[in-house]
Amino acid sequence: MFRDITLGQFYQTDSVIHRLDPRVKLLGTVLFFVSLFCFNNPVGYAVAMLFLAMVIIISNVPFTYMIKGLRSIIFILLITVVVNLFAVTGEPVVSFWKLTVTKEGIIQAVYMIFKLSMLIIGSSIVTLTTTPNNLTDGLEKGLGFLKIFKVPVHEVAMMMSIALRFIPILLEETDKIMKAQLARGADFESGNIFKRVKAYVPILVPLFVSAFRRANDLAMAMEARCYRGGASRTKMKPLKYAGRDVIAYVILFVYTAGSIVAGRLPAFSIDSLFAMVKSIIER
Amino acid sequence: MEIVRTKDVVYEYIRRDDEGEVTGVVTAVDHVSLEVEQGDFVAILGHNGSGKSTLAKHFNAILVPEEGTVWVDGIDTAQDERVWKVRQTAGMVFQNPDNQIIGQVVEEDVGFGPENMGVPTEEIWKRVNESLKAVGMYEYRKHSPNKLSGGQKQRVSIAGVLAMRPKCIVLDEPTAMLDPNGRKEVLAAVKELNKSEKVSVILITHYMEEVVDADKVFVMDAGKVVMSGTPREIFSQVERLKELRLDVPQATLLAYELKKKGIRLKDGILTQEELIEAVEKYGNNS
Repeated sequence: MFRDITLGQFYQTDSVIHRLDPRVKLLGTVLFFVSLFCFNNPVGYAVAMLFLAMVIIISNVPFTYMIKGLRSIIFILLITVVVNLFAVTGEPVVSFWKLTVTKEGIIQAVYMIFKLSMLIIGSSIVTLTTTPNNLTDGLEKGLGFLKIFKVPVHEVAMMMSIALRFIPILLEETDKIMKAQLARGADFESGNIFKRVKAYVPILVPLFVSAFRRANDLAMAMEARCYRGGASRTKMKPLKYAGRDVIAYVILFVYTAGSIVAGRLPAFSIDSLFAMVKSIIER
Repeated sequence: MEIVRTKDVVYEYIRRDDEGEVTGVVTAVDHVSLEVEQGDFVAILGHNGSGKSTLAKHFNAILVPEEGTVWVDGIDTAQDERVWKVRQTAGMVFQNPDNQIIGQVVEEDVGFGPENMGVPTEEIWKRVNESLKAVGMYEYRKHSPNKLSGGQKQRVSIAGVLAMRPKCIVLDEPTAMLDPNGRKEVLAAVKELNKSEKVSVILITHYMEEVVDADKVFVMDAGKVVMSGTPREIFSQVERLKELRLDVPQATLLAYELKKKGIRLKDGILTQEELIEAVEKYGNNS
């Protein structure tokens, strides 16, 4: 039952985005997030969407994969929309019972939908185009400066990659234990939620015991192969910047600067757009 | 020159109850002295709980003897500052193939040891490729270890040790969790390494068939080395082995039973071929 699970959501294809250094992609995501909060006018959103569309097209990943990520936040989206519609004060548009929908509310709601969707799509581009391995490598190297503040960057990255390696093994084990308990008459299906949760205890206990045993074995195997922390280690696949990474950095900074400038454009403020729309409707 | 030498090694497991009071002491290794020559294929036999795995962990400085001394390539394993040298000299392969593979890709796992030793990147790649070719897993270098069979996983583990360029490989029941095919392929790989790369091999096992080709066999029981010698010398003592709750290879057992019934065959028959030859010879003579 756990066999068909896919880890992370890496989409196997070849593109410039796939080949980029993970550090570029990670910093790119951060910059993109920051840029989304730099502006609050249509031009800014247009720039961000254009940038995102460009990245999606280059990445060679079908757009449907990006949308998948949105499904999980649909409730958050709805709640934000509702809250924004009614809670933002301003010029009333419609009002019923005690609730008033304001012009500013509608604008904010639309903005929030775009903002959140772009946040999610932006981050899923990274996970779709980078293998989990590469991602941990990128985090280890990219956050290496934190070592000055005594943050155990290497250890955390090592833990992440070991976790990734053992998730499928532990899932398989869960499956086995579940079948073993089913064969002994365990019932996971009936009863209310509490009963069902309780039914999972006989699965979790052996799973934890075996996980600890594995951890013990693995620690011994790692020590036997001379593992002694990150200090004197070399890398089999060291991260190295290539020409395309430099170009990507330049594009990223141009985009960020552009979005900050777009955020400060007074001529395209939302009011003028609204007035324009209003005049078109009234005509 | 000997690659591994032990003298009067003693190791005890102390059993404690919940309050930390000592409730019992199990002497897992009891005054063991043995020598393994460089380039030899040595097997250590014993049934479960005979102390063979505990002894094996001493060769790699995972355990340090409570009494006595273990030397690996002339280095005393009790010296803390040289423990990494010991571990690089005597690599270790464990029983469970899943719990000793660290990398998410075969080649990355093989590179783990050299990475830890601080080997430069190009040299790591060279070693990884050579090691994978030596165990016949080169075609699988880009695969995820989760998709391999048990035998293939163990061969990857052996390659992982080999990439550290050890003088000696200690295999702690490497085939115990494998099916017969997996066992065969792992053993073939180990024998090939011993022959072509001149790596000393210490194989811990309780499968008799695996030790037939060994240069020397040690049999352990209750923490002590109770028999030692060539496989032929060991397996000619069928009675003694039975006392130690160990099986003998099928061919040897059959020859032994035949001899008991009065059919005169030569001593120390180990393989099927030898048995057939001896029986034919007996038939021609009578």
